[in-house]
This record gives sequence, C-alpha cells and structure tokens, in this order.
Amino acid sequence: MNLRVEGVSFRYPSGVLALDGIDLAIPSGQLLAILGENGAGKTTLVKLFNGLLRPSQGKVYIGDWDSAEHTTAALARRVGFLFQNPDDQLFERTLAREVGYGPRNLGASEAEVKRRVARALKLVGLHDMAEAHPYDLPQPQRKLLALAATIAMDTPILVLDEPTIGQDEVGRGAISRILTDLHRMGRTLIMISHDMDFCAEHAQRMLVMLNGKIHVEGTTEDVMGQTKKLDEAEVAPPQLVRLAQALKMPGTPLTVDDFVDEYKQWRKKKKSK
Amino acid sequence: MIELKKFSYWYPGTEQPALDRVSLSIAEGEFIGIVGANGAGKSTLCYALSGFVPHFYNGETEGQHTFNGQDMASLDLGQLAGQVGLVFQNPFNQISGARFTVREEIAFGLENLGLPQSEMRARIDEALELVNIQDLAERSPFSVSGGQQQRIAIASILAMQPRVLVLDEPTSQLDPDGTRDMFTALNKLVSTRKITVILAEHKLEWLATFCDRVIALGGGKLRAEGSPQAVLSSEQMLRLGVGRTQYSEAAARLLRTKQLPVTLEQAKKALK
Repeated sequence: MNLRVEGVSFRYPSGVLALDGIDLAIPSGQLLAILGENGAGKTTLVKLFNGLLRPSQGKVYIGDWDSAEHTTAALARRVGFLFQNPDDQLFERTLAREVGYGPRNLGASEAEVKRRVARALKLVGLHDMAEAHPYDLPQPQRKLLALAATIAMDTPILVLDEPTIGQDEVGRGAISRILTDLHRMGRTLIMISHDMDFCAEHAQRMLVMLNGKIHVEGTTEDVMGQTKKLDEAEVAPPQLVRLAQALKMPGTPLTVDDFVDEYKQWRKKKKSK
Repeated sequence: MIELKKFSYWYPGTEQPALDRVSLSIAEGEFIGIVGANGAGKSTLCYALSGFVPHFYNGETEGQHTFNGQDMASLDLGQLAGQVGLVFQNPFNQISGARFTVREEIAFGLENLGLPQSEMRARIDEALELVNIQDLAERSPFSVSGGQQQRIAIASILAMQPRVLVLDEPTSQLDPDGTRDMFTALNKLVSTRKITVILAEHKLEWLATFCDRVIALGGGKLRAEGSPQAVLSSEQMLRLGVGRTQYSEAAARLLRTKQLPVTLEQAKKALK
C-alpha cells in the first residue's frame, strides 16, 4: 500500500513548528529509511501516518484513504507502529497474549489469532517463550516482542522507530532477517534510525530531515554520496562510505561485498596507470 | 583501584552465575570499554565495579572483590557513593521523579552530600555544560526526549564528582552527534581529572577510538582483554555475538595481517 503526504505542516501546542511543508510519496512495497538528528521531526512525521498526530495543515493519504476521514483505530488496520521504547506498548501477562491483543481487538477469530501469534513469534525467534511474562525478557528481546505484536496486526504498512537500538550483533541480525522477510512479503516499511550501517545495508530509499523539512531524498546510494548535504543535517555516512571517501575511492559502497569489489577495481586501475 | 579475583556472583534464586570467576584489575585514570552480547554479563559487571553488587543487589558472591584494597562488601555505602558513580542503562531508573526541573534533579544527589549552595550551583552548571544540556536546566526531566533524559542521568552523576564513573550503555538513546559529545566529554574527564571511566557499549568504533583497554564478556566469563584493536579485531568477537566494525570486516577480506584495523584511521592506513 502506498502513502502520500501533501503540503503537511505540524505545530505542537507549545508553538514549536515540528514539520514545515512536507511533500512525500512512498510507493507500495518500499523500504524507506528516515534519517536526521534528534529533534529534526522524524518521529512527528511518522506519527501522522497512523493518526497519533494530525497535521496542522495539508493532507496524509494512506492508500486511497484521506487520513483525516478515519479514526486512529481505523488507521491502525493499515499502519502498524513499533515504538522506540518497547515498554510504551507492552502490557499483557504473556508473550502470546501480548502479540494476540492487536488481532483480537481487530475482531479476528480465535483460530486466526492463534495462527498470527505463532507466525509472528516464530518470525522474531521468541516462539519458545510464548507463555513467559513480557517483563521476564531483557529489554532488547522486549523490542523483538513489540515487533512481533506489530507484525501480527498484518498491516500493509509498518513504521519502525529505531528498531536496532540496544541490540547486539545477534539482535541486529534477527531484525535484519525480519525486515528482509517483510519486504519480500510486499509490506511498505518505513524505518527511523541512527544506525547508519544498518540503514545503508537495508533501505532502498532514504529521506534526510532537517529542522522539520525534507533536506535530501533519493536512493540510498545517491543520498549516502551527498556528503555536503549529510554534513548539514549532521548525519554521518556509514563506515564503508567514510572509508571509501578517506581513501579517495570513487563510488558509494553500502555493503562489505560492494566495498571489496570496488576496492579491488580501484587498486587495479591505480596499478595500471 | 578496583580488583576482582576469581569473582563470581549469583542473582537471588538463580543457579547460573551472572559473573563466573572473573579476574580483573582496574587502575586509576583508565578508560575501559566492556563489550559482550546481550546477556553476557555487561550490566552485572557494571554493578560489581560500582559496588551495587553486593550493596544493592542481594545474592551470593564468591572470590575477592576490593576497592582501594578494601573488601567491597565491608565498605560503607555512603562513602562509596561519593567515590563511584553508576549511570544506569535506562534513564527512567535513574531520574528521581521527585523534582520539577532538570537543575533540581541534578541537585538531588548533591543535597544528600550536604554541600554549600554556591558549590552546588557551580557543580550543576559544570555538569550541564559537560553533556551539553544547559538549555534544558529549567525544563521538567519528563518533558524531554529519551536521549536528553540519558544526558540528564549522566549529568546528575557527573555533578557528584566521583573518582570512578561506571556507565551502562550510556549512548543507546543518543544520535551520532550526542554519542560523539558523550565520548568527548568522558575523554576530557579522564585526561584532565584522572577519573576512571568504565563503560559497557555496543558502539565499537567509538570504543576503539577512545578506550585504553577493552574487556570482552561471554556467558558471565571474561573472554578477552587488551588493547581495543587487539580485542575488537579478533574473530572471537563474531563468536561472542559482539560483531566487528565494517572496517575490520572489509579488511579481513582484503588483507593478510595479524591485526585488522578497527577504526577509520587504522583502516585508511592499512588499505592505502
């Protein structure tokens, strides 16, 4: 499902203008990363997608719905939301009940709830702990649980706020696999993250925000190559891009494989000169 | 300064030790990084090094555990609190909730030390500046972002001017800029005041840039210890679930070298 934002501004009651004239189109099935320093407007923007906030000006379309004509509860059927802090969204007694809460609330049959719970817990690797209490899990696993609960809603669009925060290498690997699976299933994925190495590896497109505006937008490779624009937004490119730049290598390698290939070619060319 | 000898610790009611015969010696003025997968024992080691184990967390211990040569368990908690500060992983666990403004929140610990007002004011201003949140001084600690709360929690401990500062993933909520500020501030404390800084952290590039020494944990055991480059570039980091920087990963595919680069500068030098 696609998503469109037209001429949107948002002002908090305190008077702070958090979003200033945003136009954006996210096609169905895209994996988009939203970047920018703290306070740039990233979280405010995505909260408009499921009606947690409503624009002060402009329109947000979720598929063929004008979001202004739908309640937050209705929008939750189209846009799933993983909060930055998992404890903002966990409240049930067991993992299975937690993950089943959303689908049950949407009126899914018990058999359907069971099926979705099993699938979502399996996807995040917590299926062996279905009857455990959510707060018996350490925080990084609670984040995976919150992700399972979001997935079980079966929404065509998912917003993930800082999915890799506090995760070790194993957790990042799990989140990487989950995102790849969801992407393959055709979900539209929007991720806010400061984890540049992770974004560079997974996102198809990137959007960098600065002071409530879209500062630069494009394919991941294109955006990561725009050093000056990234500097202005205080966004550091991922490690491999920085290394390529430091070596004065051409190109914008986003993965280790890319880097190794481009490095070898560059050395070969240098030698033959 | 802090010494563990074959130190083991069990949380109440558990059979598996959270720390398993760990031997470790930390000198004054060192900047030490702790790495490990989630559940490897990083937080528990932070609690042990700051005296929260055994003073706050009950449970069983074995082996030696000393601070300046004195048995940690026998030390007076009030005295220890003046010397060692611990910043918790989750700022919610740290902020008292009993105060209305950030300034008052930071004053909370100082009031308990019985300092004169002028001294308290000076310390609060300095702590706010160190973590770059002067503009939040009059805000409520609950009206700010997670990253800002993390800075408030750190400022509250810094104001106490401990000789040892233990931080459990202090930059988890911070953006890259905030992370850089934090590491720079900690480095300044180590170099100008000879404070000992110990931090558990997943951000390997930053640890490699600033730390004198890195300790790697796995399953509650000490698995590796040494210079950041020696420890963080080793293949063992992959088995321990710590991972390696992308500089190390790229160089591993391109170079035959004993020690892979861990930082940008090292990688640039090695691949030039």
